[in-house]
Amino acid sequence: MSFETLTTWRARLAQGELSARELAESYLARAQALNPTLNAFVHLDGDEVLKQAEASDAHRAAHGARPLEGLPIAIKDIFCTQDGPTQCCSRILKGYHAPYDAHVITLLKEAGAVLFGKTNMDEFAMGSSNETSAFGPCRNPWDVSRIPGGSSGGSACAVAAGMAPAALGTDTGGSIRQPAALCGITGMKPTYGRVSRRGIIAFASSLDQAGPMTRSVEDTALLASVLCGHDPADATSVADARAVDWLGACRARDMRGLRIGRPREYFIDGMDEGVARAVDAAFETCRVLGAEIVDVSLPHTSAAVAAYYVIAPSEASANLARYDGVRFGHRCDAPADLLDMYTRTRDEGFGAEVKRRILTGTFALSSGYYDAYYLKAQKVRTLIRQDFEQAFARVDVLLTPTSPVPAFRIGEKTDDPLTMYLSDVFTIAVNLAGLPALSQPCGFAHGLPVGMQWIAPAWHEDRILAAASAYEAATDWLARTPELEGEQ
Amino acid sequence: MSWEVVIGLEVHVQINTKTKAFCGCSTTFGAEPNTQTCPVCLGMPGQLPVLNMEAVNKTVLTGLAIGARINLESRFDRKNYFYPDLPKGYQISQFAVPLVEHGHLDIPTQDGEKRIGITRIHMEEDAGKSLHEGLDGVSHIDLNRSGIPLMEIVSEPDMRSADEAVAYLKKLHQLVRFLDVSDADMEKGQFRCDANVSVRRPGEPFGTRTELKNLNSFRFIKQAIEYEAMRQIELIEDGGEVVQETRLYDSAKGETRSMRGKEEAHDYRYFPEPDLPPLRITQQQVDAIRDGMPELPAQMRARFEQEYGLSAYDADVLSQTRELAAWYEALVAAHPADPKRCANWLANELLGRLKELGCEISASPISPQQMAGLLDRIADGTISGKIAKDVLDEMIQSGKDADAIIEAKGLKQLNDADAIDALIRQVLDANPQQLEQYRAGKVKLFGFFVGQVMKASRGQANPAMVNARLKALLDD
Repeated sequence: MSFETLTTWRARLAQGELSARELAESYLARAQALNPTLNAFVHLDGDEVLKQAEASDAHRAAHGARPLEGLPIAIKDIFCTQDGPTQCCSRILKGYHAPYDAHVITLLKEAGAVLFGKTNMDEFAMGSSNETSAFGPCRNPWDVSRIPGGSSGGSACAVAAGMAPAALGTDTGGSIRQPAALCGITGMKPTYGRVSRRGIIAFASSLDQAGPMTRSVEDTALLASVLCGHDPADATSVADARAVDWLGACRARDMRGLRIGRPREYFIDGMDEGVARAVDAAFETCRVLGAEIVDVSLPHTSAAVAAYYVIAPSEASANLARYDGVRFGHRCDAPADLLDMYTRTRDEGFGAEVKRRILTGTFALSSGYYDAYYLKAQKVRTLIRQDFEQAFARVDVLLTPTSPVPAFRIGEKTDDPLTMYLSDVFTIAVNLAGLPALSQPCGFAHGLPVGMQWIAPAWHEDRILAAASAYEAATDWLARTPELEGEQ
Repeated sequence: MSWEVVIGLEVHVQINTKTKAFCGCSTTFGAEPNTQTCPVCLGMPGQLPVLNMEAVNKTVLTGLAIGARINLESRFDRKNYFYPDLPKGYQISQFAVPLVEHGHLDIPTQDGEKRIGITRIHMEEDAGKSLHEGLDGVSHIDLNRSGIPLMEIVSEPDMRSADEAVAYLKKLHQLVRFLDVSDADMEKGQFRCDANVSVRRPGEPFGTRTELKNLNSFRFIKQAIEYEAMRQIELIEDGGEVVQETRLYDSAKGETRSMRGKEEAHDYRYFPEPDLPPLRITQQQVDAIRDGMPELPAQMRARFEQEYGLSAYDADVLSQTRELAAWYEALVAAHPADPKRCANWLANELLGRLKELGCEISASPISPQQMAGLLDRIADGTISGKIAKDVLDEMIQSGKDADAIIEAKGLKQLNDADAIDALIRQVLDANPQQLEQYRAGKVKLFGFFVGQVMKASRGQANPAMVNARLKALLDD
C-alpha cells in the first residue's frame, strides 16, 4: 500500500478509511525499515511526524480538510524548517537549526501537510548522483548498487521506494528531473519565478527552483497548486504570472492535436540504446494518442553545459561566502587569526565538489577573466533562450529523454567530474532558459527506469500536465515498483 | 615650477529611511548591538533581499537636485569580499549601471563659483561594525548597521585644493540635509568621505593617485589632503615616485600612512545580483519625485534676498539648513512687518545664544511665535532693543513669553514725555557741577547726562526720547 498516490490517500483520508496518524505510522514503519539500506533520509523524527499527523486529524475533525490534509511529504534537506535540523547535507551546516520556515514549507503547513523528515542530497545540491552528501550516498531502490541521481536523490528514492508518497526537491540544472527519471517517478521544475525561493538554501540563485516529486502527474499538479504563487518577499517571484488550473489541466488527459517538438540535439551519439528505444516508443505512443511529432532544432544545446558550469559556480561562489564560521554552522577549533578561521573552517566544512565549484566560480568572476567566462556564458544563455523561443513558435511542447543514461553505479563517475557533469546535458538548458519541465517514467533499460522530459514555454505548465497525464493514463509504468529486501 | 593638486571625492551618505535597504529592520542609531537585525541582514541561509523603494526615491531626488541623468533601468551587483562584519560575504551595490549619472554641484571659491562634476550616485548597503577596543584581545561584531541604505556619490577629479574639496563636501552635506535624504551626521558615520589625491605640473596628465580613508570631519579632510599633497610633491621632487595605494589618515599624528598597496587591492569580482531583478522606474515616477522637490539652498537664498530684502550674507546664513530657514519663515509669518529685523534677531541674537548652549535650532527652547512676540514689543516701543536682549536671555532660560517677562519685571519702556522730563530735572538738580561745566562748553558731558537718566529709569526710558528731551531742556 506504500505505492499509492497522494490523490488516492487524499480520497481515503476524506472517506475516513484511515486517519492521518495511521497513514504516517505506515510510512514511518517502511521508511525506518528501508533507510539503513537506502539512506534516503538524513533526519526522520517519528514523534514529530506523528504529532503533526494527530494535529491534522484534529484539524480535519474540527474544521474540515485543507488541500493536503494529513498527507506526508518528505522534504529535501535544502529547505529551511524550524523543526529539526537543516544541513544541506554539508558538514559546514552540521547541527544547524534554521529559525524560520521556507515560504513553501509554510504553504505546505497551511495546506495541512505532514512534514515527513529531511531527505538526502548532494552537498549544497552540487552533484548529479547524491554521492557528494556529507551523510554518504543515497541508493537507487531499483538497484542498491546504483546512484538515485541528484541532487534531489533522497527525495526521489523515498518516493520510488514507497518511504513517502511525495517529496519536495529543488532543481538548478536538473536536480528534480534527473533523479526522478533514474528512480522512475514524476518530478517537475516549474517556470523560474513560479515558486518562492525564500528559505531555500541558495546554490545558484538565477537557476534554483523548487518543485514536486511524486508518483503520478496528478500528484505533481496537486502539490504544484499549493507550492506555486507570488511571494512579495522574493524579488524574483513573479507577481503577474499566467495562472494555471493545475488539477484541471492534468485531468483533461488529452493530447489530441498537440504539436510535440523532437529536438534533434537531444538524440545524441553515446546515448544509451535502451534509453533511446524507450523514448522512441513514447513518441510513438503520443502519436497514437493524437499528437503530431515535429522535428525541431535547438542549435546551441551543446554549449549549455559549459555555460551552466560557469554561471552556476559563479553564483554559488558568492552564495556560499556566508559560511565563514562567524555567525552559524561549523567553525574550526582554536583559530590563530581571522584568515586561519576562514580557511580552516571552509576547508573542513566543504566537500571536494563544493570546493571545486567555489574555485571555478571565483576564477570565472575574477578581474581579467570575467568577460571571457561569465559574460560569454550569459550570452550563450541568451542564445539558448532564443533557441527555445524559435522552437515554440512551431510546437506546443518539447519531448526529450531526461538523462542520456539510466542510473550508473556508485563510484562509477566520481573520479571524473566532467563525465558527471554530462549527466545533466538534457536538463540544464531548461534552467538556463527559466522554462517549466517535467520528467515522467517512460519505460526501462537494463531493468532500470528511464524518464522522459516535457518542456513548455514559460508559464505554460498546463500543456505539460495535460500531455503527461494523457501519456500516463495510456501506459502502466506507474504500476511498476521496485522490489526491496527488508520490505514489510 | 608650481604644483597642482587634483582631488576627486567618494562620499558615502546614509539614506534616512525608516527601514533598511533590503529588509524591514529599523535604522535607528544607537540601539543595543545586534538588536536591529533579522535573518536577512544577518545573512542567514536562504534569506532574500527586497529593495526598499523609499531609498530608491531618495536617491532619485538627490540625482535630480544635482542635475543628473536618472537611469530608468539600473542594476544591482554583488561586491565580493570576506570580512566578519559583512554577513553575506558580499555587499549588494550598483557597479555596471548606477541609478544616477552625470550630475554636478557648484561650489563657492575665491574666484567665484566653480562647477564640480559628479560622475555617479549608486545605491548600496552598509556593512556592520567590528568592535576591537577594550575587549581583551577578542573582537565583537554589531550588525545593527548591516543593510542600512547608502548612496555613494562619486565626483570627477575636478577639485584643485583642499579648500575646494571642503567647499564641495559642505555643499553636498547641505544639499542632502536640505533634501531630507540623509541626516548626514558625521559623528554617527552618516556622511563619510574617501579622497583620491594626486599632484601634477599644470597642464600635464594626471599623476598617480592615492586613496585616503578615515576622513571623518571637514577639518581632518583638509588636513589629510594637504598633508598627502605635500608628501607626494616632496616624494617626486626628491626623485621618487608616487605608488597607487590606499592610505589611512591618522588624525592624532596628522599624517597619512599606507594601508594596502595595489597588489593587495581587492578583486571584488562584481557580477549582477541574481536575487534582485533590474531596477526599473518610469519617467512618471521620476517626474512625480521632481514635482515634490523641495526648494534648494541656492533658490532659497535668492528668494530671501528678493522677498525679504535680506543682505546676501544674512540670506546665506539663514538658508544653511532647512530647519533654520523654516524657523526664519515661521518668524516672518508671525512678525511680518519687518523681515530684516527678524533676520537680525535670529541670525545675530538667537543663533549665538543657542550655539553657547550647544543646541540646534530644531531644539530651540523658544518658538518662532514667541520670538515674534518679543520683536512686536520692540516694534511698538514697549521695550528698547537693549532691554529686549535681556528679555531674550530670560525667555531662553525660562521658556516664558516676552510679555510675561516684561510685565513681571516691569521692563516696559518709558515713553511719557512728562515723566522723562521729570527724570531729567532730577538728574540735572543732582549734578549742578556737571551742568555748569556743560553750559560752559564741555558738550561731551551730554552723554553723561543720558547715562544718568537711563540709569534713573532703570533702563526703561525710551533712549530716543531721552536724547531729544535732554537736548531741549539743556539748551533752554
